[in-house]
Amino acid sequence: MHEQLLFALEVSLNGLMTGVLYSLVALGFVLIFKASGVFNYAQGVMALFAALTLVGFQSGQVPFAHLINAVFGSNIHHFGWHLPVILSILLTLLVMVLLAVVIEKLVLKHLINQEPIVLFMATIGLAYFLEGFGDLMWGSEIKRLDVGIPQGISESIENFTFESLGYGFFIDRLDIVATAVAAVLVISLTVFSQYSRVGRALRAVADDHQAALSVGISLRYIWVVVWSVAGFVALVAGIMWGAKSGVQFSLSLIALKALPVLMLGGFTSIPGAIIGGLIIGVGEKLFEFLMGPLIGGATENWFAYVLALVFLVFRPQGLFGERIIERV
Amino acid sequence: MTEEAMDKPSDGVGCGAAVLMDIRNVSLRFGGVKALRDVSFDIREGEIRAIIGPNGAGKSSMLNVINGFYHPQEGEIWFRGKRRPPMKPHTIARHGIARTFQNIALFRGMSTLDNIMTGRITRMGLGLLSHAIWWGWAEREEVQHRERVERIIDFLEIQPIRKTPVGRLPYGLQKRVELGRALAAEPTLLLLDEPMAGMNVEEKEDLSRFILDVNDEFGTTIALIEHDMGVVMDLSDRVVVMDYGRKIADGSPQEVRNNQDVIDAYLGVPH
Repeated sequence: MHEQLLFALEVSLNGLMTGVLYSLVALGFVLIFKASGVFNYAQGVMALFAALTLVGFQSGQVPFAHLINAVFGSNIHHFGWHLPVILSILLTLLVMVLLAVVIEKLVLKHLINQEPIVLFMATIGLAYFLEGFGDLMWGSEIKRLDVGIPQGISESIENFTFESLGYGFFIDRLDIVATAVAAVLVISLTVFSQYSRVGRALRAVADDHQAALSVGISLRYIWVVVWSVAGFVALVAGIMWGAKSGVQFSLSLIALKALPVLMLGGFTSIPGAIIGGLIIGVGEKLFEFLMGPLIGGATENWFAYVLALVFLVFRPQGLFGERIIERV
Repeated sequence: MTEEAMDKPSDGVGCGAAVLMDIRNVSLRFGGVKALRDVSFDIREGEIRAIIGPNGAGKSSMLNVINGFYHPQEGEIWFRGKRRPPMKPHTIARHGIARTFQNIALFRGMSTLDNIMTGRITRMGLGLLSHAIWWGWAEREEVQHRERVERIIDFLEIQPIRKTPVGRLPYGLQKRVELGRALAAEPTLLLLDEPMAGMNVEEKEDLSRFILDVNDEFGTTIALIEHDMGVVMDLSDRVVVMDYGRKIADGSPQEVRNNQDVIDAYLGVPH
C-alpha cells in the first residue's frame, strides 16, 4: 500500500511537470485575450512556428529551400553553418516580433471595433496560414530540437528518494528545467504587467479601448507589444515541447489542451493559467492511474475536456477569471 | 436662426482672449444620418464653453469630433492657430486635449492612483525602451510623475480612495477620478461630456467647484456638455446651443436664455 501511495505521488509529480507545459501554452492565450479580448486560435501554431524557426536558424537551414530549388532548379538546403543557441534564440525572437508587426498591419488594423467572433475567425485563418508558411519556410519533416537542456531521468532525485523513502522517483530533468523556466516566466510577466508603465497601458487597453485612446495610448502599438510578448511565450513553449517530443505538426495541437486549462483558470488570469495547467496535468495523470485500468485506459485524451465541461456548468468564469455579472 | 445672437460679442470672461480652437463649418454623417450640419463656433483660451441642447442634438458627436473619435466629412478644425489634419484620437490626446465620458470610462480593474497615472502617459510615454535598458531609470521618472498625480489627488480630495479599485467606488467619486485622469495630462483643452449627469445636488456642487478651480488655478480651457441649466448658467462663460445637428444660438448664458429659438427647441415646438 505504501508503495502504491508513493507511486501515485510520482504520477502526480509527473502530472505537475506536464501541467507546467500546458500552462506555458495557456499563458500566451491569456496575454492576448486580456489585452484585446481576442481568443488567439493561432497560439499553438505560433509555438510550432517559433520552434521550427529556432531549429532552422540553429542548423543553418536555408529558408524556403524547397521553393527556391523548385523555381530556380538549384539544390541548396543548408548554409553550412551552425549558429550558437543564444544567437538563434535572439534571431527567432526577432522573427516573432516581426510576425507581431505584420499581424497587426495586415489583420488586426483592419478589424478594429469588430465583433470578437470576427477576430476569432481571423486568428483561425492566421493559424492555417502560419502552419503552411512554416512548412514552406522550413520543410515539414520532424526535427530534433537541442538547445542544451539536460534530458533523461534525473539520477540524483532517483537516488535521493530511494535512500530516504525506499522508492526511487523517476523525474525527467527536462521537466524540472521547464518548471523553473515557467516559474521565471510567470513571475516576470506578472511584474511586467503590474509594475511597468507598458503593463499599465496594457491593462488600460484591456479595460476600455476608448478611454485608453483618450489618454493617448496607441492601440496599435499596444497590440504589437502584446503579440510580441505572446510570440515570446510561444517560443518558450515551443522550445520546451520541442525538446520533449521533437518539432513536428502535433506541437500545434497542444493548443487544444490549453483550452480546458483556460476554462479552469479563467481566460483573464495569469496565475489562473498556471494553476489550471497544473490541475489538468495532475488530474489527467492521476485519473488515468486510478480509473484507467477500470474503464479501459486512454482517459488522458478526454479527461481534461470533461473536467472543463464541469467547470463551464458550475463556474463559467473559471477559478480566477473576472466574475461575469449580468445585469437585467 | 438668429444671426444677432451668434454675432453679438459676449461679455464673458473668455471675451477678448485668443481663440484656442476654431470649428469651421463641420458636418458629420453616419450613412444617411446627419449628426452635425455645418456647425461653426470657437473656443477661446481660458474660458468655460458650454454646449447644450436637447437629446440627439449632436453635442456628444461634436465632442467626439474635437477629440478625434469621429472624422467629419466636411469642415475644418483649427487648433492653436493651425489647421488640424485628420488625426488618431491618441495623437490628439498628445496634442493636449483630454476628456471625460458621458458613461464613465474608467479602467475598472485598476486603483484610483493607477487610473490617474495613465493620464500621465501623454507626458511620460510608455518607456518600453527605458524599462528594457534600465528599470531604475524608468522608475525614477515614474516617481516624478507620481508627485504630480498626488497633487491632483489632493486637489480633488480623493486621498482616502487612492488604492481602491475604481469599480467599487460610488458614482460621484468615479466621475471625480475620471476628471483626475483627464487633469493628469495637464491638457490645454479639457472636454467634459455631461460631468454632472446622474449626480445629486451635493455632488453637483462639489464638481462645479472643482471645474471652476481647474479653470481658475490651472488656466485650463474647458468645453463641457451639460443638461442641468442651473449648472450651465453658473459655470460657463459662453454657451453654444445645438438642435438637430445645427447650431441654433451662441453667446453668453444671459443671451442664450432669452433666445426664442432656444426656448422653442427646449419646449419642443415643431419644426
